[in-house]
Amino acid sequence: MFATILFFAFSTVLLLAALGVILARNPVHSVLLLVLCFFNSAVIWLLLDAEFLGIVLVLVYVGAVMVLFLFVVMMLDINIEELRKGLAGYWPVAVAVAGFVAFAIVNIVIVRHLGGAALRMAPPLPAGYSNTHDLGVALFTRYAYPAELAAVILLVASVAAIVLTLRHRPGAKPQNVSQQVRVRAADRVRLVKMPSEKRQ
Amino acid sequence: MITLTDVLTLGGMLFAIAVAGVFLNRKNIIVLLMCIELMLLAVNFNFVAFSRFLGDINGQIFVFFILTVAAAEAAIGLAILVVLFRERSSINVEDLDTLQG
Repeated sequence: MFATILFFAFSTVLLLAALGVILARNPVHSVLLLVLCFFNSAVIWLLLDAEFLGIVLVLVYVGAVMVLFLFVVMMLDINIEELRKGLAGYWPVAVAVAGFVAFAIVNIVIVRHLGGAALRMAPPLPAGYSNTHDLGVALFTRYAYPAELAAVILLVASVAAIVLTLRHRPGAKPQNVSQQVRVRAADRVRLVKMPSEKRQ
Repeated sequence: MITLTDVLTLGGMLFAIAVAGVFLNRKNIIVLLMCIELMLLAVNFNFVAFSRFLGDINGQIFVFFILTVAAAEAAIGLAILVVLFRERSSINVEDLDTLQG
């Protein structure tokens, strides 16, 4: 019962924060409200016994992705008024499309009773059940190759992000590593033999 | 008790809000990217809910992979955004007409 109350409380905050994300005038506020969304989602996932994913959502999304968003939003000097101009007229379209999507999903889920009565209640978890252990076993046996593939995707993404934002300034004086490696002592130091002068 | 219907309805409403956000912030690429993140979150809700109510861990594995791909997508998207802003000094979608699409 207490879990249900928590679920509805956090769902309400989640939906309000999501509305704030799309309605906020300042993109910085949008990002911060999206962080609130992810925190609430993590709590709801905890209530659904997906502990590992809840923590991953906070660590990966709030800790990395949203900080990246916040960093980019604050780094760019954006004219917000220019971006919002002429968009006020779109709200009937937005409400209509969103209403249609919500109606379609609610129709399938509630009116048609998706899954029937059998799926109403969550099956009880066995004693000593560990979500992280269960997830790890599946990830490193059946899904070992997809997990490796996910790692490669992350590597490619980070390399791509660096390559995209790398810029060569004219006039900068970078090191030429291959020349540095190839240099020999004979190229740099010349020993000359000179006859010593007589003392006066 | 939390029922499957509750969680699926929540996911659906979240997805609808994100769709509305795409229309309302049609010019601002950053908010568009954030709306995509919201949509992925709504989809993840469905995966987690079905995983719990069917007693099948595979749904949570999929959420794991979706999170991975979403993080990669956000990193590359923001990198492109930074390059774009450096070239054009604007992130307005209407300024992106070089390809004459």
